[in-house]
Amino acid sequence: MSLALQTFSTVKDANAALQVSGTLYLGGGTLVIRAANEGDVSVSNLIRVTEPSLSAISVSNGKARLGASVTMAAIARQPELAPLAPAARAVGGPAIRNMATVGGNLFAPAPYGDFAVALLALDASVATEDGETPMEAFLAGRDAGRAIVTAVEFSLPRAESFRFLKVSRVKPKGISVLSIAALLQRTADGTVTSARIALGCMADRPMRAKAAEKALLGHKLTAEEIAPALSAASDGIAPITDPIASAWYRGQVLPVHLGRLLLS
Amino acid sequence: MAKVPVQFTLNGSEKAEFIESGTTLLHALRDKIGDTSPKGGCHQGTCGACSVIIDGELKLCCLTLAETCNGADIRTTAGLAQGGVLHPLQRAFLDAFATQCGFCTPGMIMAAKVLLDRTPNPSREDVVEALSGNICRCTGYEPIIQAVLLAARANSQNAA
Repeated sequence: MSLALQTFSTVKDANAALQVSGTLYLGGGTLVIRAANEGDVSVSNLIRVTEPSLSAISVSNGKARLGASVTMAAIARQPELAPLAPAARAVGGPAIRNMATVGGNLFAPAPYGDFAVALLALDASVATEDGETPMEAFLAGRDAGRAIVTAVEFSLPRAESFRFLKVSRVKPKGISVLSIAALLQRTADGTVTSARIALGCMADRPMRAKAAEKALLGHKLTAEEIAPALSAASDGIAPITDPIASAWYRGQVLPVHLGRLLLS
Repeated sequence: MAKVPVQFTLNGSEKAEFIESGTTLLHALRDKIGDTSPKGGCHQGTCGACSVIIDGELKLCCLTLAETCNGADIRTTAGLAQGGVLHPLQRAFLDAFATQCGFCTPGMIMAAKVLLDRTPNPSREDVVEALSGNICRCTGYEPIIQAVLLAARANSQNAA
């Protein structure tokens, strides 16, 4: 292994350095250093930024802004971010959560990236020096992007409207079989008026279950009324196969776990 | 490969080394400084055998580059015993037969230390959660969980 690390004090300077072919950004190290340790020879030149704003959390007027270097542990212990704590705690064990960052999670390939699933359901925007990009578009183009992510921003959900589930074989912590995040707005009588459902491990990166979202509108969260949404949940999925589970298995259990989440 | 200066505190002692850029903290500790208590298990962040405490937080030194630790306070299992007297966690691991092959033990102890530093009287669930990033292939975990609870009880009795 032969790595070289450059440290910059500003995102601007680091962005310029990142344009050099073969250069990767080092966040918490749980993806990049892991790849280098595994023998990935494409990992050689690394850069990082020490700008304090990247580690800042701000919550005001119902909006949350998380710097890209904010760790999962920092999110989990922030009382104002309580609705997101289950998604942050779903990432790794305690040591990994002290290292893994919001920015890194956006780039984590399935079966990792559980927090990004939550951010997709929340319709977060991803900030770079070039501007802000909706989460869905960012994920679609993440492989081609060459600008350092500086923050993510989203409207804080009310606790009762946001649900998150990670399914793993090993307890209490394990790699995802799948993860699901759902943002549901309902009327006083429980009728769903809007739904955003995001899935992890159902493609190489988090994706939305748009057919299931549509099938929930106008319905209450009862076993009978969510049945069409569960049938539609598999529309467009292309689950990964890995040592944790086959694509077939993941596809088979998705409606089961989505049903449990919606009825919980 | 260019060498870079690295300076940090290891178990209370100042350390300064020139290392190759990109060297992991695990490699620096074991092969440059001679503290072999952090173990290199999976090198992927999965096993927790390399767990150390950096500025009060549990981290994996196999995924941490040494040059990002300039000025840091690093604690490893090698620094726990004082004057030849084992740390209560080390004592409890022996008494509860929580060590078999011993490879996971330093990581387990550092994970448990962070827990007990913040939560002196943890529940069993707290212990299980605190150790959830550390893998043991010998004990079946139960003796380790009991050892951490034993150390917590010993600490609280000493404090009383």
